[in-house]
Amino acid sequence: MRRGNRTDTALGLSYPRGPLTRVLRILLHTVVVVIFAGPLLALLVGAFGEVTSPTEFTLIPRGFTLGNFTRAIDRDVLLYLLNSFVVVGGGLLLQIAVSVSASYALARKRFPGMRLVFLLILSTMMLPEEILAIPLSLVLADVPVVHVNLIGSLWGMILPVAAWGFSILVMTEFMKEIPVELEESARIDGAGELRIFTAIVLPLCRPALGVIGIFGFTMIWDQYLLPLLVARDAGQFTLPLALRNLRSDEEVGLGVLLAASLLALLPSVIAFLALQRQFMKGLTAGAVKG
Amino acid sequence: MGATGTRAEPVPPTAPPGPVADRPRPRRRPQRTRWRGAGTAWLFLAPALLIFTVFKFVPMGRAFDMSFHEVRPYLGDLWVGMDNYTRVLTDEAFSSAIVRTVVLAVGQTGGSLVLGFGLALLLEGTAKHLWFVRTAVFLPTIVAMAVVAEVWRILYYPGPDGTVNSVLGWVGLGPSQFLNDEDTSLWSVMSVGVWRGAPYDMMIFLAGLSGVDRTLYEASSVDGASIPRRIWHVTLPALRPVFAILFTLAAIRGLRVFTEIFLLTNGGPNGSTEVLMTLIYKVGLERHDLGVASAGSVLLLLATVVLTLAVRFARRGRDSKAAS
Repeated sequence: MRRGNRTDTALGLSYPRGPLTRVLRILLHTVVVVIFAGPLLALLVGAFGEVTSPTEFTLIPRGFTLGNFTRAIDRDVLLYLLNSFVVVGGGLLLQIAVSVSASYALARKRFPGMRLVFLLILSTMMLPEEILAIPLSLVLADVPVVHVNLIGSLWGMILPVAAWGFSILVMTEFMKEIPVELEESARIDGAGELRIFTAIVLPLCRPALGVIGIFGFTMIWDQYLLPLLVARDAGQFTLPLALRNLRSDEEVGLGVLLAASLLALLPSVIAFLALQRQFMKGLTAGAVKG
Repeated sequence: MGATGTRAEPVPPTAPPGPVADRPRPRRRPQRTRWRGAGTAWLFLAPALLIFTVFKFVPMGRAFDMSFHEVRPYLGDLWVGMDNYTRVLTDEAFSSAIVRTVVLAVGQTGGSLVLGFGLALLLEGTAKHLWFVRTAVFLPTIVAMAVVAEVWRILYYPGPDGTVNSVLGWVGLGPSQFLNDEDTSLWSVMSVGVWRGAPYDMMIFLAGLSGVDRTLYEASSVDGASIPRRIWHVTLPALRPVFAILFTLAAIRGLRVFTEIFLLTNGGPNGSTEVLMTLIYKVGLERHDLGVASAGSVLLLLATVVLTLAVRFARRGRDSKAAS
């Protein structure tokens, strides 16, 4: 393998030139990191420091204290965090199960009306919560046929995200690649439909499960409008939704917001770092497919 | 998930004993099994279709229905024809919100694309530390919008010793009122969008850049072309489809911008950042004028559908060239 060739990248930057360009490059990289990661790092620093006003929000630590977190806990942040985990846990489990099941039918079966179903699923990606906000809030207050009121219940935040077009499409594409022979030999051995699905197809889908898992997680964790429509009072707030009410505190000032924001940020960052490879895979797939 | 594997599942009566092994054509499903298992297929699709119907298609139907009515709870809805649409399209608040939405969507999208492309050029390569820089730069994209908005509210603190104002002070600019001033609020919101959008575009561009034919770079450097000329004549043309896709996708997403406005300014000050979605939210859920709010939603949906279909048709022409 050739290293450091001038034609390896568009800018040819990996080719080592004079010390000046090297310094310039390091400088540029530092600036870029400070601009994009700096504010989040300042959040980390500030959450553990004595930061009472916005003018003290910097990368330089101001003392060390856990006071922001104890104040945040006094103000029910753990409840909000728990709500968030319930919504993301329940929503994601359902979303993955529903996606895998639908993809199995779309990728492995052929049946009349299949193209129409596929188009319908595609079309749901043009119908996000924002566009449907007004009628969705009415539907949530009185679900058709069963007449259940989901306002004020975490189910109202879980059920609408239990099916996601993006996951179904990514999973379907992946399942199409699995050789049919495996499935057919299992069928000869007398395996039933559900058994083929769970014992043959599912284990082979593990890489794609990572992709839809990490995307589903960030999608549900980022939900704002849906919890806003569903929550009746603070008892059902998710953590992102609660931040608005934690902007200041008479004891620790801004610190309480920084502590709560850090807790709202960490799960998605950890999930992303753990599943980075799958995330990148889904990213390019999503951009190309829409 | 695992336990279901052990449950005995009767073989569906429609399923024949299974294809014989001596078929000479592998891969493609044989014709005779074509409609086999249609019932099972619908069974596997049922949960997704049920949820989509209840939470997507029924609300969409309700939106269409309400948009032609004056919605009066308990009294029964009144058919008003196109009145709600006329009101949305002629009302001053709505039309200026639509203009602002388009300005914001185009500005955010364009800014993210340019900055994202610059970042991609700067951070392209296989060195280990580049991977670290790219990951750090990418973080804003995965953090929940609510956190991003709160962080930027702090950074935008309007006093002269606010964070962004301090930085501007170093280069002799500012102090600015940012979100608190009618003249700067929309630009401030737009910058947050660019900050969060550019890293996403960067990652897609990086995937595209790795697909650019390296022999073209070699050829151009043999010909003595400078780096800017090489980017202009080789890199940019190779990435054109990526640009087109990213632009339209982000523009579509930009039209329904809600959370950042709701948290950063809630449409203020003095309506200077009121976009279509925040206005629909207020009209529908605070003023309970469901008919007009629905008409606004339907128009937003139509714009989305038209743009999406336009992309699909445009892409069908030159397929397969897109970032792989």
